[in-house]
Amino acid sequence: MQEVSAISGNSVPADEPKLNYINNGHTLKSWLLTKDHKRIALMYLVSVSAFFLMGGIYAGFIRLELLTPASDLLETATYNKVFTQHGILMVFFFLIPAIPAILGNFLLPLMIGAKDLALPRINLLSLYIYWIGGIITLWALMQGGVDTGWTFYTPYSTTFSNSYVMAVGIGVFINGFSSILTGLNFIVSIHTMRAPGMTWFRLPLFVWAHYATSLVMILGTPVVAITILLVAIERFARIGIFDPAIGGDPILFQHLFWFYSHPAVYIMILPGMGVISEVIAGFSRKRIFGYEFVAFSSIAIAVFGFLVWGHHMFVSGQSIFAGLVFSFLSMVVAVPSAIKTFNWTATMYKGSISYDTPMLYAIGFLGLFLIGGLTGLFLGSVGLTVHLTDTYFVVAHFHYVMVGGQVIAYLAGIHYWWPKMTGRMYSEFWGKISAMLIFVGFNLTFFPQFILGYMGMPRRYASYPEELQVLNIFSTAGASVLGFGLVMPVVYLIHSLFYGKKAADNPWMHPGLEWRTSSPPPTENFKEMPVVTWEAYDFGEESGLDLEDARKREAVTI
Amino acid sequence: MSDNHAEHEEHIGIPGYLVIFLILVFGTIFTYFSSFWDLDSIFPGANTLLALAIAFTKMMFVILYFMHVRWSSKTVWLAAVAAFFWLAIMFAFTMQDYFTRISGVFSV
Ligand SMILES: [Cu+2]
Repeated sequence: MQEVSAISGNSVPADEPKLNYINNGHTLKSWLLTKDHKRIALMYLVSVSAFFLMGGIYAGFIRLELLTPASDLLETATYNKVFTQHGILMVFFFLIPAIPAILGNFLLPLMIGAKDLALPRINLLSLYIYWIGGIITLWALMQGGVDTGWTFYTPYSTTFSNSYVMAVGIGVFINGFSSILTGLNFIVSIHTMRAPGMTWFRLPLFVWAHYATSLVMILGTPVVAITILLVAIERFARIGIFDPAIGGDPILFQHLFWFYSHPAVYIMILPGMGVISEVIAGFSRKRIFGYEFVAFSSIAIAVFGFLVWGHHMFVSGQSIFAGLVFSFLSMVVAVPSAIKTFNWTATMYKGSISYDTPMLYAIGFLGLFLIGGLTGLFLGSVGLTVHLTDTYFVVAHFHYVMVGGQVIAYLAGIHYWWPKMTGRMYSEFWGKISAMLIFVGFNLTFFPQFILGYMGMPRRYASYPEELQVLNIFSTAGASVLGFGLVMPVVYLIHSLFYGKKAADNPWMHPGLEWRTSSPPPTENFKEMPVVTWEAYDFGEESGLDLEDARKREAVTI
Repeated sequence: MSDNHAEHEEHIGIPGYLVIFLILVFGTIFTYFSSFWDLDSIFPGANTLLALAIAFTKMMFVILYFMHVRWSSKTVWLAAVAAFFWLAIMFAFTMQDYFTRISGVFSV
């Protein structure tokens, strides 16, 4: 039991390979039956990326179809399936697991100073459940797919759609348990596995964000699972739950679906906010401004996020009274997100900022998330939303939060912790180029959609009036830039695995516990049980993090 | 962990669990037969109410005995209560829509 210094072992690693989690066992079995959270995280990385690629291909087809006003590339029925499957793959198989299952799995035990998560077998089980859910869904897509939209709205999904609603539903249902188990594991680990001295208020904000996310996963996901089950019961047994003809109510589906799916957008964005807190504090070399506020705003988002779901139903036939209540609460839930944004900005103020790739992504996040969040207020106000419902304004808002927010944060995190995960440095030059390409491409894709939506272009149609073509061409052009920008990291990150410079243990000179072990970490994470004696984000020179000094020894890359 | 397990065995033992199981089976049969009684003549929805009451009782047995919540720490109790609290939110906010749809100040 000894305090680990941030500087120890910061010399460039010797040539002889140390035993780490990657070279500790080479057989397929040693991967497939591993209980090591780091290996599970890597397997998640590969699987989630595959789903991201597939969802991206669907997105490409959508943008290509919308290049021209007529429905000429795809038939309208095919188009319905394409946007549905884009949504289902992206939401359930990429956005929800991306940060928690990859970065969270990898980093959470490292950050709290534990050898592994509290329930390692359950962790492996969650990966297998993800695979099973994914394979069933992919199988259903190959059989002919589904055309209900990712929201599975009744009565279309229960009564009219002839596509593979139930097969996809079962895939999503099974996949839900994967995130329940991940959330359970995180909560138990954070409560029971913290290293000596790692008090709640010394936890990195990444951990707080994952704690909040896990609460939502556990409290919300069972509801959507049961809702899908109810759809199945109605489809097969004709028991009236959602169909008015047999005594049900279609709006009930929307209540139950959005009770989960609004909080689910926080499952997607909260971990991203955690990443951004780490990156901004790190590359500003400053303790985060208002640590407690940022930590508790995560919890507040998780709790209040459950009280606002009716803002998806303003024009669905929900009562006006309910609409007013949900509208008011939606404004309230914007406050904690605003607190975070202000605090990140205040953290950067007078910080010693370095513009490394992760920081470029994080700064991009600030702007894009701001636009995404503020346009959400437009959609949350009962009057204005009547004009905007089901238009491209909603699509643009959602993508600003989910791509501009979550995906950008995910990329920031991957770049930030890549040296720790793989022990290799990627090309900083190409990293910066791709970060900027993604930012430009993203804005070019989605900003025109705000205008399109405001002008009245509805979503989920394969054709549109000719006067809207110019903006759609902008959007499709932007999507090509965005797509190109997203392929670049795949290339240079894989390249770095073989040819990249070996990473130092603490390449950014940051104080977090994950930087106080070797890169890549050994299977048991720390050679000795770490004892935490410093506060979170302690960049003081007395903790051995003197950047100038380190630069002289060339132990850092920045 | 292991000593916890030993404790659990001693709580009510296999015979105890069998009794709980029989209570659950009895509840199911009771629900089935009660659906044939015309309770709705007393007041509308009485049949549903009775069915829900039986279901709730069965659920409490599962939570308290099968899931060991009865012998668990305060934290576990808190988690169990929180789940009900969230269920209450879901019901309350959904019903807030249904109860205000047709009548009142805000009706169309
Ligand atoms: Cu929402």
